[in-house]
Amino acid sequence: MSSPEHPLLPDKESRPPAGLFKAGQPVEAEVLVHQLGSAAGSRVSVWHRLKNFSHAGRLTTLVLFLPPALLLFTLFVALPVLEAAYYSFFNWNGYGAPTKSAGLENFVRVWSDPVFHNSLLNNLWVILVSALIQIPLALSLALLISDRSRSSLVFRAIFFLPYILGEVVAGLIWRYLYDGNYGLVATVYHWFGLEAPEVLATVGWAETALLLVVVWKYFGFHMALFIAGRQGVSEDVLESAKIDGASRWQTTRHIVLPLMRPVVVLSLFFSILGSLQLFDLIIPLTGGGPSNSTNSAVSYLYNFGIRRMRVGFGSAVGVSLFVICVFVMLFYKRLFMQERATR
Amino acid sequence: MTTSVARPGPFIFYRWLILLIGALFCLFPLWATVIGGFKGTGDLRTNAFGLPREWLADNYVSIVTSARFWQMLGNSAFITGFTVLLTLLVSSMAAFVLAHLRFAGKKWMANYLALGLTFPFATAVLPVFIRVRDMGLLDTYWGVILPQVAFNLGFAIVLLHGFFSQLPKELFEAAFVDGCNYPRIFWQITLPLSRPILATVGVLALVGSWNSFLLPLVMINSESLYPWPLGMMQYQGQYGTDWGKVLAYVSLTMTPAIVFYLAAQKQIIAGLTAGAVKG
Repeated sequence: MSSPEHPLLPDKESRPPAGLFKAGQPVEAEVLVHQLGSAAGSRVSVWHRLKNFSHAGRLTTLVLFLPPALLLFTLFVALPVLEAAYYSFFNWNGYGAPTKSAGLENFVRVWSDPVFHNSLLNNLWVILVSALIQIPLALSLALLISDRSRSSLVFRAIFFLPYILGEVVAGLIWRYLYDGNYGLVATVYHWFGLEAPEVLATVGWAETALLLVVVWKYFGFHMALFIAGRQGVSEDVLESAKIDGASRWQTTRHIVLPLMRPVVVLSLFFSILGSLQLFDLIIPLTGGGPSNSTNSAVSYLYNFGIRRMRVGFGSAVGVSLFVICVFVMLFYKRLFMQERATR
Repeated sequence: MTTSVARPGPFIFYRWLILLIGALFCLFPLWATVIGGFKGTGDLRTNAFGLPREWLADNYVSIVTSARFWQMLGNSAFITGFTVLLTLLVSSMAAFVLAHLRFAGKKWMANYLALGLTFPFATAVLPVFIRVRDMGLLDTYWGVILPQVAFNLGFAIVLLHGFFSQLPKELFEAAFVDGCNYPRIFWQITLPLSRPILATVGVLALVGSWNSFLLPLVMINSESLYPWPLGMMQYQGQYGTDWGKVLAYVSLTMTPAIVFYLAAQKQIIAGLTAGAVKG
């Protein structure tokens, strides 16, 4: 197994050959089969080609089917990214036209802000905890329940449950559990006759608390990835290892785990991606506090850019985040995901 | 590996122990939440784990009988419904063209549409806000739906394109011989054959839109249009640490998601993981 196999993954090899419809050149037979009868390769007039192209509703299809996607995507995804880059050079509150040029000031302010540094550090912590705790946990659990027994199916459903809940739900539930007067922490402290600390209001503890919620919420997703990967490991290999007298641990350590390396790589990739998008969970849990210690990059963007309608500053954060994302992903893909590309 | 599980021994014991601890970790917060909605303040303070000493239904009843709660779920249902519908329609049409027609710049266009996969939505949220405002869509459902659909297009088109181009060519040949044109092929052959991948895309769009928070937070001001995550935050803000009320609210709001999950668990897990494995 050279990559995580999933029946629904698009197969890169099966792309149709790229053929361009170049003006002034003979057009080879077009994709679909009705072309069988046409004289492929012969020189045809533009009119003929157009007629040929509009055959069987082709032109209509092209003109009707593609523009909605292009329009929506351009309006709400592509242009906004470019606009963010543009706005980031202005001091602008979003009303009227941006006129107060700020040069690189916004970027300087973002990158010299200790709160922003701390937010990026929190993103890094999420990735670290994911790599060192969440992924090993998810992988071990996945190996225990990758068979098709009834108990495995039940546990799988339970472990995946937190992942489908909304982040706001998860955030509020844990806010309750961490509350110093009510909930889990309070109850445990009260057992010992102690006054419970306000976990979420204590710098240091709040970040740890957030990390635990991240593990709770997302480990099921990684587990599902690992289960799919584990089921892709050929039973024959395991059978022959068994015949050769390998123990359960030896089989896992020397056969299953090495074969699952690509899934681990992929799983970590999603952790990084998820960390860079982390926001919805933070707002209900801590709002970024205490003393802005639990912000992520996105919640920093929200608290300091969006909420105060500082479009220029917020855009500078957005652009910075964009650059970090693209850079990290290209770097990660190049470093770890080569085998996927060369498949 | 059914063979290795069959042998009883310490492994079985530890397997169950670990799994049960894991299940407790997952379920305890949910249990504490649902049960907390039935508790009074004193109970919540000292008895977070156990059953309520006195079952109080007021919290739940007052929420279920409030029109605002249902309106909020309705708003979410509307936004999610149209997001899923439009995502499926727009992306499958585009993917169909990209998979079955040849034209200049096709590859470029496919790459362009897949660009959305490389960065989080939040990076462009301010310009999106300004665009939505300038279009007069601020504080409307569509101000949330359209950007959501646009951001879904990346993964949706990649997944659908991959699936569409693997459908057997013979079917299309036969259809052409029978005088079928492209739009009919799309509706009557491609879409019906692509139900599994459409379900995957649909589940991804559904869960993402139902739970989405940042976009409505930025786009919607009127309480009467709030989807549930905003409504829940507002409710929490209103009642603060009156946790009995808040927990009842949280429990009721997460119920539709859990029911849906239990009903279509297999498809949802497969959809969410397959969809994620897109790049």
